[in-house]
Amino acid sequence: MTELKVSDSVLYLDGVSVAFDGFKALRGLSLFLAPGEMRAIIGPNGAGKTTMMDVITGKTRPDEGEAVFDGRHDLTQLDETEIAELGIGRKFQKPTVFESHTVADNVRLALKGPRTALSALFGARNAIARSRIDDVLERVRLTDHAERLAGDISHGQKQWLEIGMLLAQDPKLLLVDEPVAGMTDAETEDTAELLKGIARTHSVIVVEHDMTFVRALGVRVTCLHEGAVLAEGSIDAVSSNERVIEVYLGR
Amino acid sequence: MITPMVFKALGDRGSRIFLLVLLAFAVAVPVLNLAVPKDSLLHVPTHIVALLGKYVCYAILAVSLDLVWGYCGILSLGHGAFFALGGYAMGMYLMRQIGTRGVYAHPVLPDFMVFLNWKELPWFWYGFDMLPFALLMVVLVPGLLAFVFGWLAFRSRVTGVYLSIITQAMTYALLLAFFRNDMGLGGNNGLTDFKDITGFPVQAQGTRVALFVMSIAVLAATYLAARMVVTSTAGLVLVAIRDAESRTRFLGYRVEHYKLFVFVLSACMAGIAGALYVPQVGIINPGEFAPANSIEAVIWVAVGGRGTLTGAALGAVLVNFMKTTFTSGMLAPYWLFALGSVFVIVTLALPKGIVGTLQAMTFRRLAAPRAGIGGEATSARPAERTS
Repeated sequence: MTELKVSDSVLYLDGVSVAFDGFKALRGLSLFLAPGEMRAIIGPNGAGKTTMMDVITGKTRPDEGEAVFDGRHDLTQLDETEIAELGIGRKFQKPTVFESHTVADNVRLALKGPRTALSALFGARNAIARSRIDDVLERVRLTDHAERLAGDISHGQKQWLEIGMLLAQDPKLLLVDEPVAGMTDAETEDTAELLKGIARTHSVIVVEHDMTFVRALGVRVTCLHEGAVLAEGSIDAVSSNERVIEVYLGR
Repeated sequence: MITPMVFKALGDRGSRIFLLVLLAFAVAVPVLNLAVPKDSLLHVPTHIVALLGKYVCYAILAVSLDLVWGYCGILSLGHGAFFALGGYAMGMYLMRQIGTRGVYAHPVLPDFMVFLNWKELPWFWYGFDMLPFALLMVVLVPGLLAFVFGWLAFRSRVTGVYLSIITQAMTYALLLAFFRNDMGLGGNNGLTDFKDITGFPVQAQGTRVALFVMSIAVLAATYLAARMVVTSTAGLVLVAIRDAESRTRFLGYRVEHYKLFVFVLSACMAGIAGALYVPQVGIINPGEFAPANSIEAVIWVAVGGRGTLTGAALGAVLVNFMKTTFTSGMLAPYWLFALGSVFVIVTLALPKGIVGTLQAMTFRRLAAPRAGIGGEATSARPAERTS
C-alpha cells in the first residue's frame, strides 16, 4: 500500500476517538478520502457512522485524534458554520428541510454565496437569480413542486430536496447520511444515479444500510464497527469479509 | 435598493389594510377630539386620546416582540425591560424640563434628589436636558443591554425555555435595581410630575393629540422596518433558525449574528415604544420592569397571531381594551381570570391567533401562514414562469 499523505487528501481522519459519558462512540477511527472520491460507509447501528459525521462537521469535538480537511484545515478547531463555509455539506439521516418555507426558498437559502446578516438584509443574498434555483430543482426533479411548502411534500421528495440543497451549497465534500431510507426501489435507483452524477465533480461520503444501493454506487466501501474501521475495499471484498458478515451482514 | 424593499415589504394585502387603518385613526381621532364640539356624541375626549395613544405604544412593543418570537423563535419574557428603559430615558428628559417648578424649586435637581439630600446631579443625568441626547439614549440603552445580553446568551447557544428564563431574570433584576433610591432614578416612586415636553405642556389637549399621532406614525415605521426585515432573505434565515437552528448552522449561517441583530433591533423598537408611553401616561416607575408585564406582552402577540406582525399590534390593542374595560368598575376583581381565560381559549381554539387564523383561511393553498412570509410574492412566481 502506498503511503497516505495528509496533503493528498480531501479528508484525513487519524486515530479519532470520542466518548460520551464513558461510552466510546469512536475508538481510533482513521479514514483517508482522496479528492474526487466517493466512499460508502456501512456498519451496524452504533458503529459510529453518525458520530463520525458529527466530528467532521464540527458538531462534536473529538477527545483525541486528527481531522484534517483539504490537507490543511484542522476541523477539530472550527465550529459548524466555519466548516460549512470551508466547503463541507451535510445531509441528515432524518430529512431536515425548512418546513415552513417553500421548496424554492429552501434551495435559495442553501445556494452558495455570501451568508452574512448584512448581505441577507440588503445585499447580494436578495439578488439570487431565479434560474440558479430552477437549475437545482430540475436536477432533483422538484420543479413542479417549487412553490409548495417543504413540509407538505413526501418523504422521498424531502430526501431529494435535501440533496438539492447540498447541490446548491456546492461544497467540496458532501456527507450524505442514509439518502434512500424510506424510498421505493425505483427511487433508490434514481438516487444512486443522482449521487454518481454528483460524485463526478465532488468528493462524497455516503452512509447507507441498503446494500443494493451501495452496490449500485460501485465505489470503495468502508465498514465501521464499534467506532473503528473493520474492513475497507471493494464491495465484493468487504461483503465477503468474515468479520463483516459476522457483525453486520449476517449469515 | 431601499425603494424596492419598501414595495416588497408592503406588497401584501394585510400590510395595506393595516396602514390604512392606522391612517384612518391618525386622522379621525384628532378631528373627533379637536373639531367636534364637546357635547356631541362623536366627540372623543382627551383622556381617551391618551388612552388610545397608550394602546398604540403597546402595539409597537408587541410588533417588536413578534419580530424576535414569531419569526426567530426567541421567546423573550423580558421585553418589558427594554420598554421600561426607553421610558426611563424619556422620563429623565421630562424631569429635567421641570426646572424650578418642582415642589422644592431646585433649578437643577429633581424633587426626589432634593428630598434625599443630594447635592449634585449624578453623572448619568448629564445631557438629559437635551431632547436629541435623550432620544439617542432611548434607543441606545435598550439596544446596548440587548447587545451585551444577546452576545453572551446566543454565543453560548442558550435557547428555548432557558433563554426565556434568563430574560425573565434580567427584567426582575432590573426591577429590584430600580427600586433602590441609590440608583438615582426616583426609586419606588419613579419619575413623574412632568410639566413640559419640548416647551409644550404635557397634559394639554394639543400635546396629547400630537403624541397620539406621533405614536401612530412610529407604529407604522416600526411595522415597515419589521416587514422589510422579514421579507428580505434575512427573514427567511430567521424563520429557518426558528424551525431548525442546527440545520441553518450546517448551511453555513452564523446563527448567533442573525439572532443578535434581530434581538437588538427589537429592543430598540421596544425602547422607542416606552419613550412614547411615558409622556402619555405621565409616570414611569420600576413597576414597568415587573415580569408580569413582559408576559402580558407575550399574550398580546399570541392572541393576535405570532409571526404576523399585524396580529401582534391587533392583539395588543384588543387585550388592553379588555383590560381597561375589566379593570374599571365592578368587573375589576375578575381581570386576571379574564386574561387567563383568553390565553387558554386562544391557545386551544386559535393556536395561530386571530390574524394567523384569518391568513390561513384566506391563503390556505398558497401562503405560509406560520411564517407569514410569501403571500402574494410567492403566488406571483408561478405566473411569472409560465409567461
